[in-house]
Amino acid sequence: MKPENKDQIYQQFEAIRRQAEERRDAARRDPSPTILIGTATCGIASGALDTKLAFEQAILEQGLDARVRTVGCIGHCYAEPVVIIDYPQSGFPPIFYHEVTAGKARMLVKHFLEGGDPLFEHVYGAMVENDMIPSVMEFSRFNQEKRVVMEKCGHIDPEDIYDYIAHGGYAALAKALTLDPETIIDEIKTCGLRGRGGAGFPTGRKWELAADSPEGDKIIVCNADEGDPGAYMDRTILESNPHQVLEGMAICALAVGAHKAIVYVRSEYPLAVKIVSGAIAQAKTLGLLGSGILNSAFNLEIEVFQGSGAFVCGEETGLIQSIEGFRGMPRSRPPYPAQEGLYGQPTVINNVKTLASVPPIIANGAAWYRTIGTENSPGTAVFSVVGDVVHAGLVEIPMGVTLRTLIFDICGGIANQKKFKAVQIGGPSGGCLPETFLDTPIDFDSLTTAGAMMGSGGMVVMDEDSCMVDVARYFLDFTQKESCGKCTFCRIGTRHLLDILQRITTGEGRTGDLEQLEQLSEDIKDGSLCGLGKTAPNPVLTSLKYFRDEYEAHINEKRCPGMMCRPLMTYYIDLDKCARGCDACVGCCPTEAVFTTSTRKKGIDQDLCVKCGECMVACPPQYDAVRKVSPPGLAPVIERPVKNPDASKKASDNS
Amino acid sequence: MMVTIEVNGRQLTVKQNLSVLQACLENDIYIPNLCFMEDMPHPPASCRLCFVEVAGMQRPVTSCTVKVAPAMVVKTDTPAVRRLQRSGLRFLLSVHHVDCQNCPANKNCELQRLARFLKIGLKPKHLENHLQDIAIVENHAYLTYYPNRCVLCAKCIHACRMSHGHSLISFVGRGFNTSLSFAGICDFEQTACNTCRSCADICPVGALVLKTACER
Ligand SMILES: Cc1cc2nc3c(=O)[nH]c(=O)nc-3n(C[C@H](O)[C@H](O)[C@H](O)COP(=O)(O)O)c2cc1C
Ligand code: SF4
Ligand code: SF4
Ligand code: SF4
Ligand code: SF4
Ligand code: FES
Ligand code: FES
Repeated sequence: MKPENKDQIYQQFEAIRRQAEERRDAARRDPSPTILIGTATCGIASGALDTKLAFEQAILEQGLDARVRTVGCIGHCYAEPVVIIDYPQSGFPPIFYHEVTAGKARMLVKHFLEGGDPLFEHVYGAMVENDMIPSVMEFSRFNQEKRVVMEKCGHIDPEDIYDYIAHGGYAALAKALTLDPETIIDEIKTCGLRGRGGAGFPTGRKWELAADSPEGDKIIVCNADEGDPGAYMDRTILESNPHQVLEGMAICALAVGAHKAIVYVRSEYPLAVKIVSGAIAQAKTLGLLGSGILNSAFNLEIEVFQGSGAFVCGEETGLIQSIEGFRGMPRSRPPYPAQEGLYGQPTVINNVKTLASVPPIIANGAAWYRTIGTENSPGTAVFSVVGDVVHAGLVEIPMGVTLRTLIFDICGGIANQKKFKAVQIGGPSGGCLPETFLDTPIDFDSLTTAGAMMGSGGMVVMDEDSCMVDVARYFLDFTQKESCGKCTFCRIGTRHLLDILQRITTGEGRTGDLEQLEQLSEDIKDGSLCGLGKTAPNPVLTSLKYFRDEYEAHINEKRCPGMMCRPLMTYYIDLDKCARGCDACVGCCPTEAVFTTSTRKKGIDQDLCVKCGECMVACPPQYDAVRKVSPPGLAPVIERPVKNPDASKKASDNS
Repeated sequence: MMVTIEVNGRQLTVKQNLSVLQACLENDIYIPNLCFMEDMPHPPASCRLCFVEVAGMQRPVTSCTVKVAPAMVVKTDTPAVRRLQRSGLRFLLSVHHVDCQNCPANKNCELQRLARFLKIGLKPKHLENHLQDIAIVENHAYLTYYPNRCVLCAKCIHACRMSHGHSLISFVGRGFNTSLSFAGICDFEQTACNTCRSCADICPVGALVLKTACER
């Protein structure tokens, strides 16, 4: 590239950056307080819009001068709705508040914004080090994370491109425009970035393959199908910082020589679709996308494609079919999409997180990226940690951190003083690991060796009350329903697996079932056409390997050790603990199965009970009288007192 | 250009660009297969029966998707290959309504042939038989479709596309409930079906049958 052109690119970008910084500085000079509210889908689901409204109304009513701004999600799901108040004049640093309901919002306006009292009892922590308020960085949920992909999430307004630019955004694209495509690909190869969509394929190699394909109109696709149940990292990133993904796509297009790109988002993510579409429009207005990007000769049009939201459409060849307007059915590879993809053109398909990792790598260099993570898995991993942990949410950690550190330090361990039983990693393609694997480092190869899978980042932590057979059944039910139906092994084989698991969890298991599960699983793994079928048996195989005793208990003793499988367990009330005269469980039972015993305690009529567990929740903790047992035969028999016709007559007379 | 490959110890000299499956079939080496058709640009590779072992590859591969290459060494009857083929065929039969006496394909049926070749019974032991709820689809003027006989090889879809430019038959449903549908065919096109018959002719089993043939 000619030097004059380089200068032109930098000049053009500098002009945009100055604008962005001026806007930021003007906002900073404004002494009035700023309230940042996380309003990604997750925040909205916990009531962030009510919180926002309460802030706005209270500010208006009090006649205050304060700005309410919406930002994306910072990943602390357990704390939603989350609010940061930056009020320089108060003398306090920016403060992080959690679970800010509308009521709390009004209190904060009254006491903090008006009265200058930050309400210490509600403070979660300060966003920066200071001597007044403990900083959030003292919590391991904050200081053991390493944010590359989600660095700006929750700190910037996703609908304002200037906010992203003022935080360093699009500088990597400007830099990339002055580099040769080969140099960019070399940088991505050297940094060791591996695809975050599940398989961990080296991104640089994929780009190189596409760059070396001579054929016509190359295409870049950002894969945001995200069909794994319980996973929502990609949605959150698109909703919280869409520009980092778009910037990564632009750099990728530049490197492989593409002029067209598509963001494939499932239509169940309407907010993500809206935010990404808005971001593309803004970037075009500033000349950061479109034709002649930053005065260079590089053109790129990015479109949003709304997928029908099938799990198998996340598989890259299924995704291609889906964009082409066909039923999402994978085809066999090779040819790989990078050689022959969408409309027969070389197509680079990368996950949201892979693409979002690119701008920081180009900006800071491959060597910097390699300082994070491990030798074979550099960089960070984003997980949505859900289940029985204290601090559930989105976590970004350097690769190589152990499962134990992630679950017990960063996510606060198991909730309700229960014991850890298993962690399910990688969703329907992944596996369940037991306690003995807690010291496994989180990286592509270690997890695969252990029998789980990095997957795209779903992680479910389970306590002692979980049933591993039921977990396997749950995932098989999912894969069977989501199988595209094309190939024999996946379409029919998973149905047989599910059938056997269903039998076991309902107490109909037989000897020989476990061996058959194993044999069918091996056949399905080896026989299926695409990754869905090839990995579908993983939840069965790992749980059979590490929790075989649970399967055996179901089959041989008709006992569910986790007391989850309803046909194999029952509820009863411990008469020694039940308090005379307490009626808490009676009212909550949907089937009127709870009766009063002759000693004015409570019993459960097993014929009426539907095992919903409501009574166990309702029973006051000081009594804690409702018990679960498995097998059901272990429950003590408590006879319902025969109705005394006189007594009931008397009662109705009195009323 | 011709290439020479070795199959089960035999040297075959075949045209370049052929799949291993084609090369073997042309030389009278039978490999079980249900979904392969010669004029398809990309084989669907959906029946998962045509496995072979190729030296240098870790696991058995589907021979319809692997092109011949010079000095390639192929084995079509190893234990691993047969295990997968038998397992695949058992799967297909486990969702099949086996009632050959009343089936127009009787004695001219690929499933019967495969079962004989792989030496397994038509009613596999150890696997429960699961049938779809809908046994017969009758909403086409000239064709009757039997979901519980269909092996979903998609040959009819391809044959239809070759005759009409686009296919009048399509997949519906997911997972176990996947089947075929005539949804979207207008009456005019149905008339065309009366004389075309490509789909019924190509069906390797008795799943897609001309109504006139049923009556006969
Ligand atoms: C059943 C199935 C579902 C998949 N779903 C997704 C998905 O939702 N998002 C994704 O990025 N990759 C998904 N993948 C992986 C893609 O096929 C592909 O490998 C990935 O998008 C490549 O991007 P990467 O190299 O950045 O990981 C899925 C794969 C399979 C087999
Ligand atoms: S493995 Fe399953 S999802 Fe993949 S092509 Fe086969 S049937 Fe479809
Ligand atoms: S488990 Fe549900 S149905 Fe059974 S007694 Fe308790 S509340 Fe009633
Ligand atoms: S399709 Fe073949 S195996 Fe099935 S009933 Fe007809 S003849 Fe028998
Ligand atoms: S109807 Fe026949 S040709 Fe069509 S998919 Fe079914 S088995 Fe194959
Ligand atoms: S808090 Fe937003 S995803 Fe959890
Ligand atoms: S013929 Fe190869 S998979 Fe069907």
